[in-house]
Amino acid sequence: MERDDIIEYSLDAHHSEEQGKKIRRKIWLVTAILTLITAFEVGVGMTVHQDSSMWWIVKLLFIGLTLLKAGYIVLVFMHLGDERKVLKYCILVPYFIFVIYLIFIALTEANAVHTAWETYGG
Amino acid sequence: MAGHATTHVDATTAWGGKTSPFNVSYGKLMMWFFLVSDALTFGGLLVAYGYTRHTTQSAWPIGEETFDSLPFLGHGYPLMYVALMTFILIVSSVTMVLAVEAGHRMDKKGVMKWMIATIIGGFFFLGSQAWEWSHFIHGSHFGSVEILSGEHTGSRAIVKGHFGDLESFTVVQAGKHHKVGDVIKETPDELFHHFRTAVMNGQVKDGKITLHDGSVATWKKHNDEHMELIIKTDGTGHSLAKVTKIHGKDAEVKYWESVNSGKKGAIIYGADLQSNEYGPSQYGQFFFFITGFHGFHVFSGVVINILIFLGVSSGKYHKRGHYEMVEKTGLYWHFVDLVWVFVFTFFYLV
Repeated sequence: MERDDIIEYSLDAHHSEEQGKKIRRKIWLVTAILTLITAFEVGVGMTVHQDSSMWWIVKLLFIGLTLLKAGYIVLVFMHLGDERKVLKYCILVPYFIFVIYLIFIALTEANAVHTAWETYGG
Repeated sequence: MAGHATTHVDATTAWGGKTSPFNVSYGKLMMWFFLVSDALTFGGLLVAYGYTRHTTQSAWPIGEETFDSLPFLGHGYPLMYVALMTFILIVSSVTMVLAVEAGHRMDKKGVMKWMIATIIGGFFFLGSQAWEWSHFIHGSHFGSVEILSGEHTGSRAIVKGHFGDLESFTVVQAGKHHKVGDVIKETPDELFHHFRTAVMNGQVKDGKITLHDGSVATWKKHNDEHMELIIKTDGTGHSLAKVTKIHGKDAEVKYWESVNSGKKGAIIYGADLQSNEYGPSQYGQFFFFITGFHGFHVFSGVVINILIFLGVSSGKYHKRGHYEMVEKTGLYWHFVDLVWVFVFTFFYLV
Protein backbone atom coordinates (compact mmCIF):
# COMPACT_ATOMS: atom_id res chain seq x y z
CA MET A 1 0.00 0.00 0.00
CA GLU A 2 1.20 3.48 -0.79
CA ARG A 3 1.97 5.30 2.47
CA ASP A 4 0.62 8.78 2.66
CA ASP A 5 2.03 9.65 6.07
CA ILE A 6 5.60 10.13 4.84
CA ILE A 7 6.25 13.43 3.25
CA GLU A 8 9.61 13.60 1.50
CA TYR A 9 11.02 17.06 1.55
CA SER A 10 13.79 18.58 -0.49
CA LEU A 11 13.72 15.65 -2.93
CA ASP A 12 12.20 17.66 -5.71
CA ALA A 13 14.36 20.69 -5.09
CA HIS A 14 14.91 21.15 -8.79
CA HIS A 15 15.90 24.35 -10.45
CA SER A 16 15.98 25.66 -13.98
CA GLU A 17 18.99 26.18 -16.23
CA GLU A 18 18.85 29.90 -15.51
CA GLN A 19 18.85 29.52 -11.72
CA GLY A 20 21.66 26.99 -12.15
CA LYS A 21 23.78 29.62 -13.86
CA LYS A 22 23.41 31.96 -10.89
CA ILE A 23 24.20 29.17 -8.44
CA ARG A 24 27.33 28.17 -10.37
CA ARG A 25 28.55 31.76 -10.40
CA LYS A 26 28.24 31.80 -6.60
CA ILE A 27 30.12 28.47 -6.33
CA TRP A 28 33.07 29.79 -8.35
CA LEU A 29 33.11 32.99 -6.34
CA VAL A 30 33.34 31.03 -3.10
CA THR A 31 36.08 28.87 -4.64
CA ALA A 32 38.10 31.98 -5.41
CA ILE A 33 37.60 33.30 -1.87
CA LEU A 34 38.69 30.01 -0.26
CA THR A 35 41.77 29.77 -2.49
CA LEU A 36 42.79 33.37 -1.83
CA ILE A 37 42.41 32.93 1.94
CA THR A 38 44.59 29.79 1.87
CA ALA A 39 47.25 31.49 -0.28
CA PHE A 40 47.22 34.47 2.07
CA GLU A 41 47.61 32.21 5.12
CA VAL A 42 50.58 30.41 3.62
CA GLY A 43 52.18 33.74 2.64
CA VAL A 44 51.83 35.12 6.16
CA GLY A 45 52.98 31.80 7.68
CA MET A 46 56.16 32.01 5.60
CA THR A 47 56.98 35.62 6.46
CA VAL A 48 55.96 36.07 10.10
CA HIS A 49 57.72 33.64 12.43
CA GLN A 50 56.63 32.29 15.77
CA ASP A 51 59.33 34.12 17.69
CA SER A 52 58.08 37.46 16.37
CA SER A 53 56.24 39.77 18.75
CA MET A 54 53.45 40.02 16.15
CA TRP A 55 52.81 36.30 16.35
CA TRP A 56 49.78 36.42 18.64
CA ILE A 57 47.99 38.72 16.17
CA VAL A 58 48.84 36.36 13.30
CA LYS A 59 47.59 33.43 15.33
CA LEU A 60 44.25 35.09 16.00
CA LEU A 61 44.08 36.09 12.33
CA PHE A 62 44.64 32.47 11.26
CA ILE A 63 41.91 31.23 13.57
CA GLY A 64 39.53 33.93 12.34
CA LEU A 65 40.24 33.10 8.69
CA THR A 66 39.75 29.40 9.41
CA LEU A 67 36.33 30.08 10.86
CA LEU A 68 35.54 32.22 7.82
CA LYS A 69 36.52 29.37 5.48
CA ALA A 70 34.51 26.91 7.58
CA GLY A 71 31.52 29.25 7.38
CA TYR A 72 31.68 29.38 3.58
CA ILE A 73 31.98 25.59 3.31
CA VAL A 74 29.12 24.85 5.69
CA LEU A 75 26.72 27.58 4.60
CA VAL A 76 27.33 27.53 0.82
CA PHE A 77 28.82 24.15 -0.15
CA MET A 78 26.76 22.19 2.33
CA HIS A 79 23.74 24.46 1.73
CA LEU A 80 23.07 24.85 5.43
CA GLY A 81 22.46 28.54 4.78
CA ASP A 82 19.43 27.60 2.68
CA GLU A 83 17.88 25.22 5.18
CA ARG A 84 15.24 26.19 7.70
CA LYS A 85 16.45 28.12 10.73
CA VAL A 86 15.44 25.36 13.13
CA LEU A 87 17.72 22.83 11.38
CA LYS A 88 20.56 25.33 11.15
CA TYR A 89 20.51 25.98 14.88
CA CYS A 90 20.08 22.31 15.81
CA ILE A 91 23.36 21.64 14.03
CA LEU A 92 25.37 24.73 14.94
CA VAL A 93 24.35 25.50 18.51
CA PRO A 94 25.94 22.35 20.05
CA TYR A 95 29.33 23.61 18.87
CA PHE A 96 28.86 27.09 20.18
CA ILE A 97 28.06 25.60 23.58
CA PHE A 98 30.22 22.49 23.92
CA VAL A 99 33.28 23.03 21.75
CA ILE A 100 33.99 26.55 22.92
CA TYR A 101 33.55 25.39 26.50
CA LEU A 102 35.80 22.37 25.87
CA ILE A 103 38.53 24.53 24.33
CA PHE A 104 38.33 26.96 27.22
CA ILE A 105 38.43 24.32 29.94
CA ALA A 106 41.15 22.17 28.29
CA LEU A 107 43.52 25.04 27.58
CA THR A 108 43.05 26.60 31.01
CA GLU A 109 43.81 23.25 32.61
CA ALA A 110 46.77 22.66 30.29
CA ASN A 111 48.34 25.99 31.19
CA ALA A 112 47.86 25.25 34.87
CA VAL A 113 49.52 21.85 34.50
CA HIS A 114 52.34 23.45 32.54
CA THR A 115 52.97 26.00 35.28
CA ALA A 116 52.80 23.33 37.96
CA TRP A 117 55.44 21.24 36.22
CA GLU A 118 57.59 24.27 35.60
CA THR A 119 57.39 25.26 39.25
CA TYR A 120 57.52 21.93 41.09
CA GLY A 121 58.31 19.24 38.52
CA GLY A 122 61.58 17.65 37.57
CA MET B 1 19.84 27.43 -3.44
CA ALA B 2 19.76 23.65 -3.38
CA GLY B 3 17.70 22.07 -0.65
CA HIS B 4 15.08 24.79 -1.07
CA ALA B 5 12.10 24.66 1.19
CA THR B 6 9.73 23.41 -1.45
CA THR B 7 6.95 22.21 0.82
CA HIS B 8 5.28 24.74 2.97
CA VAL B 9 5.65 24.12 6.70
CA ASP B 10 3.21 25.99 8.86
CA ALA B 11 4.74 27.16 12.14
CA THR B 12 1.64 26.45 14.17
CA THR B 13 1.33 22.83 13.09
CA ALA B 14 5.02 22.09 12.41
CA TRP B 15 5.55 19.90 15.45
CA GLY B 16 2.15 18.25 15.43
CA GLY B 17 3.23 15.15 13.49
CA LYS B 18 2.92 13.93 9.93
CA THR B 19 5.30 16.65 8.81
CA SER B 20 9.00 17.40 8.98
CA PRO B 21 9.61 20.58 10.94
CA PHE B 22 13.10 20.64 9.47
CA ASN B 23 11.74 20.43 5.94
CA VAL B 24 14.37 17.88 4.90
CA SER B 25 14.08 14.20 4.14
CA TYR B 26 14.90 11.53 6.69
CA GLY B 27 18.13 10.51 4.92
CA LYS B 28 19.52 14.01 4.75
CA LEU B 29 18.68 14.71 8.39
CA MET B 30 20.46 11.53 9.48
CA MET B 31 23.52 12.49 7.42
CA TRP B 32 23.58 15.81 9.24
CA PHE B 33 23.28 14.12 12.62
CA PHE B 34 26.14 11.79 11.74
CA LEU B 35 28.28 14.74 10.71
CA VAL B 36 27.49 16.53 13.98
CA SER B 37 28.80 13.57 15.98
CA ASP B 38 31.81 13.07 13.70
CA ALA B 39 32.71 16.73 13.98
CA LEU B 40 32.62 16.43 17.76
CA THR B 41 35.08 13.53 17.48
CA PHE B 42 37.50 15.63 15.45
CA GLY B 43 36.87 18.56 17.79
CA GLY B 44 37.84 16.33 20.72
CA LEU B 45 41.02 15.19 18.97
CA LEU B 46 42.12 18.71 18.13
CA VAL B 47 41.38 19.91 21.65
CA ALA B 48 43.43 16.99 23.01
CA TYR B 49 46.24 18.11 20.70
CA GLY B 50 45.97 21.65 22.05
CA TYR B 51 45.95 20.38 25.63
CA THR B 52 49.10 18.32 25.08
CA ARG B 53 50.84 21.15 23.28
CA HIS B 54 50.13 23.55 26.12
CA THR B 55 51.24 21.16 28.87
CA THR B 56 54.45 20.05 27.14
CA GLN B 57 57.63 21.38 28.68
CA SER B 58 59.86 21.12 25.62
CA ALA B 59 59.47 23.31 22.57
CA TRP B 60 56.78 22.29 20.12
CA PRO B 61 57.79 21.93 16.44
CA ILE B 62 56.89 24.69 14.03
CA GLY B 63 54.91 23.82 10.90
CA GLU B 64 56.88 25.83 8.37
CA GLU B 65 60.17 24.31 9.62
CA THR B 66 58.92 20.72 9.76
CA PHE B 67 57.08 20.71 6.45
CA ASP B 68 59.30 22.54 3.98
CA SER B 69 59.82 20.01 1.19
CA LEU B 70 58.39 19.43 -2.25
CA PRO B 71 58.69 16.20 -4.24
CA PHE B 72 61.74 16.26 -6.57
CA LEU B 73 62.74 19.74 -5.38
CA GLY B 74 63.96 19.05 -1.85
CA HIS B 75 63.89 21.50 1.04
CA GLY B 76 63.28 25.21 1.29
CA TYR B 77 59.60 25.45 0.39
CA PRO B 78 57.83 26.00 3.71
CA LEU B 79 54.19 24.90 3.75
CA MET B 80 53.94 24.80 -0.06
CA TYR B 81 53.10 21.12 -0.12
CA VAL B 82 50.29 21.25 2.46
CA ALA B 83 48.96 24.35 0.75
CA LEU B 84 48.80 22.31 -2.45
CA MET B 85 47.02 19.47 -0.61
CA THR B 86 44.53 21.96 0.82
CA PHE B 87 43.94 23.39 -2.63
CA ILE B 88 43.34 19.92 -4.10
CA LEU B 89 40.75 19.17 -1.43
CA ILE B 90 39.00 22.52 -1.86
CA VAL B 91 38.81 21.99 -5.62
CA SER B 92 37.36 18.50 -5.17
CA SER B 93 34.77 20.01 -2.85
CA VAL B 94 33.89 22.47 -5.59
CA THR B 95 33.47 19.75 -8.21
CA MET B 96 31.23 17.92 -5.74
CA VAL B 97 28.96 20.91 -5.26
CA LEU B 98 28.83 21.27 -9.05
CA ALA B 99 27.71 17.64 -9.28
CA VAL B 100 24.92 18.37 -6.80
CA GLU B 101 23.92 21.42 -8.81
CA ALA B 102 23.79 19.37 -12.00
CA GLY B 103 21.61 16.86 -10.13
CA HIS B 104 19.05 19.57 -9.44
CA ARG B 105 18.77 20.14 -13.17
CA MET B 106 18.40 16.36 -13.73
CA ASP B 107 21.53 16.58 -15.88
CA LYS B 108 22.84 13.02 -15.60
CA LYS B 109 25.90 13.65 -17.79
CA GLY B 110 26.85 16.70 -15.73
CA VAL B 111 26.57 14.76 -12.47
CA MET B 112 28.79 12.00 -13.86
CA LYS B 113 31.41 14.44 -15.15
CA TRP B 114 31.73 16.32 -11.89
CA MET B 115 31.68 13.18 -9.76
CA ILE B 116 34.57 11.71 -11.73
CA ALA B 117 36.47 14.95 -11.13
CA THR B 118 35.70 14.69 -7.41
CA ILE B 119 36.90 11.09 -7.22
CA ILE B 120 40.14 11.97 -9.03
CA GLY B 121 40.66 14.86 -6.60
CA GLY B 122 40.16 12.43 -3.71
CA PHE B 123 42.79 10.06 -5.08
CA PHE B 124 45.21 12.95 -5.59
CA PHE B 125 44.75 14.00 -1.99
CA LEU B 126 45.31 10.45 -0.72
CA GLY B 127 48.46 10.14 -2.83
CA SER B 128 49.76 13.46 -1.50
CA GLN B 129 49.12 12.33 2.01
CA ALA B 130 51.02 9.08 1.38
CA TRP B 131 54.02 11.12 0.21
CA GLU B 132 53.72 13.42 3.20
CA TRP B 133 53.62 10.49 5.64
CA SER B 134 56.55 8.78 3.96
CA HIS B 135 58.56 11.98 4.14
CA PHE B 136 57.61 12.54 7.78
CA ILE B 137 58.53 8.96 8.71
CA HIS B 138 61.89 8.89 6.91
CA GLY B 139 62.92 12.36 7.97
CA SER B 140 66.01 14.31 6.96
CA HIS B 141 69.55 13.06 6.25
CA PHE B 142 70.80 14.59 9.47
CA GLY B 143 68.03 13.64 11.84
CA SER B 144 68.02 15.39 15.18
CA VAL B 145 71.03 15.22 17.46
CA GLU B 146 71.59 14.90 21.19
CA ILE B 147 74.51 17.11 22.11
CA LEU B 148 77.04 15.23 24.23
CA SER B 149 79.57 17.85 25.30
CA GLY B 150 79.90 21.53 26.17
CA GLU B 151 77.38 23.88 27.67
CA HIS B 152 74.40 22.37 25.84
CA THR B 153 75.09 18.80 26.98
CA GLY B 154 71.91 16.78 27.04
CA SER B 155 69.92 19.14 24.80
CA ARG B 156 68.51 17.92 21.56
CA ALA B 157 68.98 20.00 18.41
CA ILE B 158 67.33 19.87 15.03
CA VAL B 159 69.83 20.07 12.18
CA LYS B 160 69.54 22.13 9.00
CA GLY B 161 71.91 22.22 6.07
CA HIS B 162 73.06 19.97 3.27
CA PHE B 163 74.33 16.47 4.08
CA GLY B 164 77.39 15.65 1.95
CA ASP B 165 76.83 12.54 -0.18
CA LEU B 166 78.44 9.27 0.90
CA GLU B 167 80.90 7.94 -1.70
CA SER B 168 82.00 4.53 -0.48
CA PHE B 169 82.69 2.22 2.44
CA THR B 170 86.13 0.62 2.83
CA VAL B 171 86.10 -2.63 4.79
CA VAL B 172 88.71 -2.80 7.55
CA GLN B 173 87.48 -5.94 9.33
CA ALA B 174 86.01 -8.88 7.44
CA GLY B 175 82.41 -10.03 7.85
CA LYS B 176 80.23 -12.68 6.22
CA HIS B 177 80.20 -11.09 2.74
CA HIS B 178 83.14 -8.69 2.65
CA LYS B 179 86.84 -9.11 3.20
CA VAL B 180 89.37 -6.56 4.33
CA GLY B 181 90.13 -3.97 1.68
CA ASP B 182 86.81 -4.31 -0.18
CA VAL B 183 85.47 -0.98 -1.36
CA ILE B 184 81.68 -0.90 -1.36
CA LYS B 185 80.36 1.50 -3.99
CA GLU B 186 76.65 2.05 -4.32
CA THR B 187 74.50 5.09 -4.98
CA PRO B 188 74.68 7.76 -2.24
CA ASP B 189 71.08 6.96 -1.28
CA GLU B 190 71.77 3.24 -0.85
CA LEU B 191 74.93 3.93 1.16
CA PHE B 192 73.00 6.40 3.28
CA HIS B 193 70.36 3.77 3.94
CA HIS B 194 73.03 1.45 5.43
CA PHE B 195 74.56 4.35 7.31
CA ARG B 196 71.24 5.46 8.81
CA THR B 197 70.38 1.92 9.94
CA ALA B 198 73.79 1.53 11.59
CA VAL B 199 73.54 4.89 13.38
CA MET B 200 70.08 4.01 14.70
CA ASN B 201 71.36 0.67 16.01
CA GLY B 202 74.34 2.29 17.69
CA GLN B 203 76.75 0.59 15.27
CA VAL B 204 78.67 3.66 14.22
CA LYS B 205 81.57 4.40 16.53
CA ASP B 206 84.79 6.41 16.20
CA GLY B 207 84.60 6.74 12.43
CA LYS B 208 83.81 3.06 11.87
CA ILE B 209 80.54 1.52 10.78
CA THR B 210 79.47 -2.07 11.42
CA LEU B 211 77.54 -3.29 8.39
CA HIS B 212 74.68 -5.77 8.58
CA ASP B 213 76.91 -8.73 7.62
CA GLY B 214 79.20 -7.98 10.57
CA SER B 215 82.06 -6.42 8.64
CA VAL B 216 83.47 -3.14 9.88
CA ALA B 217 84.23 -0.31 7.47
CA THR B 218 85.30 3.30 7.28
CA TRP B 219 83.37 5.71 5.06
CA LYS B 220 84.26 8.38 2.58
CA LYS B 221 81.89 11.26 2.04
CA HIS B 222 81.65 14.81 0.69
CA ASN B 223 81.70 17.66 3.15
CA ASP B 224 78.47 18.83 4.73
CA GLU B 225 77.46 22.35 3.86
CA HIS B 226 75.80 25.17 5.80
CA MET B 227 75.24 23.01 8.83
CA GLU B 228 73.27 24.61 11.62
CA LEU B 229 72.15 23.12 14.93
CA ILE B 230 69.03 24.64 16.42
CA ILE B 231 68.38 24.06 20.10
CA LYS B 232 64.99 25.05 21.39
CA THR B 233 64.13 25.31 25.01
CA ASP B 234 60.74 26.00 26.41
CA GLY B 235 60.22 29.71 26.94
CA THR B 236 57.92 31.31 29.44
CA GLY B 237 54.27 31.27 28.53
CA HIS B 238 53.42 28.30 26.38
CA SER B 239 54.42 27.40 22.86
CA LEU B 240 57.00 30.11 22.27
CA ALA B 241 60.50 28.72 22.45
CA LYS B 242 63.89 30.14 23.25
CA VAL B 243 66.15 29.39 20.31
CA THR B 244 69.92 28.87 20.33
CA LYS B 245 71.76 28.34 17.05
CA ILE B 246 75.18 26.82 16.48
CA HIS B 247 76.77 27.34 13.06
CA GLY B 248 79.66 26.15 10.94
CA LYS B 249 82.63 24.19 12.23
CA ASP B 250 81.27 24.12 15.79
CA ALA B 251 78.05 22.56 14.59
CA GLU B 252 79.88 19.94 12.53
CA VAL B 253 82.11 18.93 15.42
CA LYS B 254 79.17 18.56 17.81
CA TYR B 255 77.07 16.68 15.26
CA TRP B 256 79.73 14.15 14.25
CA GLU B 257 80.77 13.63 17.84
CA SER B 258 77.26 12.37 18.57
CA VAL B 259 77.14 10.24 15.42
CA ASN B 260 80.48 8.65 16.36
CA SER B 261 79.51 8.07 19.98
CA GLY B 262 77.81 4.75 19.27
CA LYS B 263 75.06 5.85 21.62
CA LYS B 264 71.67 4.49 20.57
CA GLY B 265 69.14 7.28 20.17
CA ALA B 266 71.76 10.04 20.01
CA ILE B 267 70.58 10.63 16.46
CA ILE B 268 66.87 10.28 15.67
CA TYR B 269 65.82 10.07 12.04
CA GLY B 270 62.24 10.80 11.00
CA ALA B 271 59.36 9.71 13.16
CA ASP B 272 57.63 6.71 14.64
CA LEU B 273 55.25 6.36 17.57
CA GLN B 274 58.07 6.38 20.14
CA SER B 275 60.09 9.37 19.06
CA ASN B 276 60.66 11.79 16.22
CA GLU B 277 63.32 14.21 15.09
CA TYR B 278 60.99 17.21 15.02
CA GLY B 279 60.12 17.55 18.72
CA PRO B 280 58.24 15.85 21.57
CA SER B 281 57.03 12.31 20.92
CA GLN B 282 53.38 13.38 21.36
CA TYR B 283 53.77 15.56 18.28
CA GLY B 284 54.40 12.52 16.08
CA GLN B 285 51.64 10.54 17.75
CA PHE B 286 49.06 13.25 17.16
CA PHE B 287 50.30 13.74 13.62
CA PHE B 288 49.77 10.09 12.81
CA PHE B 289 46.46 9.86 14.60
CA ILE B 290 44.76 13.02 13.44
CA THR B 291 45.97 13.13 9.82
CA GLY B 292 45.53 9.36 9.69
CA PHE B 293 41.96 9.53 10.95
CA HIS B 294 41.24 12.30 8.48
CA GLY B 295 42.90 10.35 5.66
CA PHE B 296 40.73 7.38 6.52
CA HIS B 297 37.69 9.63 6.18
CA VAL B 298 38.93 10.76 2.76
CA PHE B 299 39.43 7.15 1.74
CA SER B 300 35.89 6.24 2.88
CA GLY B 301 34.60 9.28 1.03
CA VAL B 302 36.27 8.19 -2.21
CA VAL B 303 34.77 4.71 -1.85
CA ILE B 304 31.28 6.12 -1.18
CA ASN B 305 31.66 8.54 -4.09
CA ILE B 306 32.56 5.66 -6.41
CA LEU B 307 29.49 3.69 -5.28
CA ILE B 308 27.20 6.68 -5.81
CA PHE B 309 28.85 7.32 -9.18
CA LEU B 310 27.96 3.78 -10.23
CA GLY B 311 24.37 4.46 -9.15
CA VAL B 312 24.31 7.64 -11.21
CA SER B 313 25.74 6.02 -14.31
CA SER B 314 23.28 3.14 -14.13
CA GLY B 315 20.46 5.68 -14.17
CA LYS B 316 19.09 4.54 -10.81
CA TYR B 317 18.66 8.05 -9.42
CA HIS B 318 17.38 9.46 -12.68
CA LYS B 319 14.50 6.97 -12.55
CA ARG B 320 13.73 8.06 -9.00
CA GLY B 321 13.28 11.57 -10.26
CA HIS B 322 15.85 13.16 -7.98
CA TYR B 323 19.56 13.03 -7.19
CA GLU B 324 19.34 13.32 -3.43
CA MET B 325 21.87 10.52 -2.94
CA VAL B 326 24.48 12.71 -4.63
CA GLU B 327 23.54 15.52 -2.26
CA LYS B 328 23.97 13.28 0.79
CA THR B 329 27.37 11.93 -0.23
CA GLY B 330 28.23 15.52 -1.09
CA LEU B 331 27.50 16.56 2.50
CA TYR B 332 29.98 13.95 3.72
CA TRP B 333 32.61 15.00 1.20
CA HIS B 334 32.36 18.68 2.14
CA PHE B 335 32.66 17.69 5.76
CA VAL B 336 35.97 15.98 5.03
CA ASP B 337 37.16 19.22 3.43
CA LEU B 338 35.88 21.17 6.44
CA VAL B 339 37.87 19.03 8.87
CA TRP B 340 41.01 19.49 6.79
CA VAL B 341 40.63 23.28 7.02
CA PHE B 342 40.92 22.95 10.79
CA VAL B 343 43.72 20.37 10.72
CA PHE B 344 45.63 22.63 8.33
CA THR B 345 45.35 25.58 10.71
CA PHE B 346 46.11 23.84 13.97
CA PHE B 347 48.72 21.39 12.76
CA TYR B 348 50.60 23.40 10.17
CA LEU B 349 49.94 27.10 10.64
CA VAL B 350 49.81 27.97 14.34
